[in-house]
Amino acid sequence: MSFNSFTEFLSMGGHGLYVWLSYALGLAVILLNLVAPLMERSRLVAQLKRRLQRENQSP
Amino acid sequence: MVEKKKWLPRWFYQLASPRWCYQICGKLLPGFAVAALILLLGGIVWALLFAPADYQQGNSFRIIYLHVPSAILAQSCYMMMAVAGAIGLIWKMKVADMVAKSCAPIGATMAVLALLTGAIWGKPTWGSWWVWDARLTSMLILLFLYLGVMALNSAIESESTAAQASAVLSLVGLVNIPIIKYSVDWWNTLHQPATFTLTERPAMPAEMWVPLLMMVVGFYCFFAVSLMLRLRNEILRRERRAGWVRDLLLSK
Amino acid sequence: MNQPLNPQRRPAIGMGALFAATLKRDLKLSLRRKSELVNPLIFFLMVITLFPLGVSPEPGFLAELAPGVIWVAALLATLLSMDSLFRTDFDDGSLEQLLLSPQPVMLVVCAKVLAHWMLTGLALTLVAPLISVMLFLPAEGVPGLMLSLLLGTPTLSLVGAIGAALTVGLKRGGVLISLLVLPLYIPVLIFGTGAVQAAVTGLPLDGYLALLGALLALGTVLAPLAIGAALRISVSG
Repeated sequence: MSFNSFTEFLSMGGHGLYVWLSYALGLAVILLNLVAPLMERSRLVAQLKRRLQRENQSP
Repeated sequence: MVEKKKWLPRWFYQLASPRWCYQICGKLLPGFAVAALILLLGGIVWALLFAPADYQQGNSFRIIYLHVPSAILAQSCYMMMAVAGAIGLIWKMKVADMVAKSCAPIGATMAVLALLTGAIWGKPTWGSWWVWDARLTSMLILLFLYLGVMALNSAIESESTAAQASAVLSLVGLVNIPIIKYSVDWWNTLHQPATFTLTERPAMPAEMWVPLLMMVVGFYCFFAVSLMLRLRNEILRRERRAGWVRDLLLSK
Repeated sequence: MNQPLNPQRRPAIGMGALFAATLKRDLKLSLRRKSELVNPLIFFLMVITLFPLGVSPEPGFLAELAPGVIWVAALLATLLSMDSLFRTDFDDGSLEQLLLSPQPVMLVVCAKVLAHWMLTGLALTLVAPLISVMLFLPAEGVPGLMLSLLLGTPTLSLVGAIGAALTVGLKRGGVLISLLVLPLYIPVLIFGTGAVQAAVTGLPLDGYLALLGALLALGTVLAPLAIGAALRISVSG
């Protein structure tokens, strides 16, 4: 453990802003890359299902 | 006639069929997701809590655990996109086209992440948010190459033409990347030398580079997860007329 | 009159003759449209004029800026004329004929790029001394500028032609070309300005010129392949 207290951990030796900003951005980019395809998938599945139902109703 | 010997396992050949690729990806996804989660969480905790601070740069050094993996991933993602594009171009393999298309957005976001973390790291280290340093500049150019490929892909309406055209462009870019890197390095060098080289032992102590290695492997696993998610979407979208997709949708 | 068409009867055209014929045709067609011919040059001049107006008319400062400004302007001027390289041939269908012909596409492409370069890159190189006087570039730098432009602009035309070939099927390819091609121009820009700066300070030029020559050699070998493939994709799509 390289920090003695939680406040020391948060301040990162005066570089807290930079470190935490980086990690927040990193987390955001990773989550974006996982959430976007998942949302796209549910949208796509719903759309394809609707199309399939339309085609089945009026052959 | 002697039957041609198959050098690779059966499932590898099956990857060329969209249907099988969809199912194989579905089977591989959970494993990679768990690996990515464990490696990234472990790596981040280790990087933030246990890795020692750099004696010169202090705690801002911890940004390296995001900066280096994202930069490595941005570069290898381009390589994968170009190779997949070449496979699609030469053997007319639909799945390879889809892989190339799915690679581009992930690589572009990784390049953005590497640039942003580089800029943030630059503020405490060099004293300004942006420095025209050789490696940052090459990363910016890599991002431009990604944006070009994505712009071309979205500008062409026909899917197969778009895939072929972007494959040609990404191959041209692949040939150019070493030249760009060399010329930019020559133009200006301010950055510290590469952290990992294949031939030498890393200069930093083990408690610093082991978490970094964990993060790099974790990023690759995350890339695999994101790529397979996108690839499965792409397969569904393009194969929407196929019977198996209909069955799949009806069973849901 | 009603003789059956027999491909054997037509004399086969040699490689050199094909190259010369394409070059001649392209030059003739371009010279017919004089306005399009001078547009890149006017653009080049205008961009150069903007810098003293926008930054500072002070001679010392401009002299320092000159190599980069001239090279960037040359780069943009080449890019501007790139869109029309295959456009008219695509519109009137002769591009398709060309791809269907048994002759190697690469050769024809080389001739077309050469014709394009003669009317843009070479012209820019010849105007460059005039521009360098306007920007107070020291006289020692002028040979370096001209040599670097002479070696660098063909590479720009070759790489730009890849972008033009990829976007020829699109209605609005103009902006897209710059997006695709500009990042690929960076090495030429770096070594070109490097050569001019070396010439101004009296350092030896051969290294830069050798690098520009290497880029040109690589481009001449690989770019026609990519252009040919890109044209086939664009036309069939």
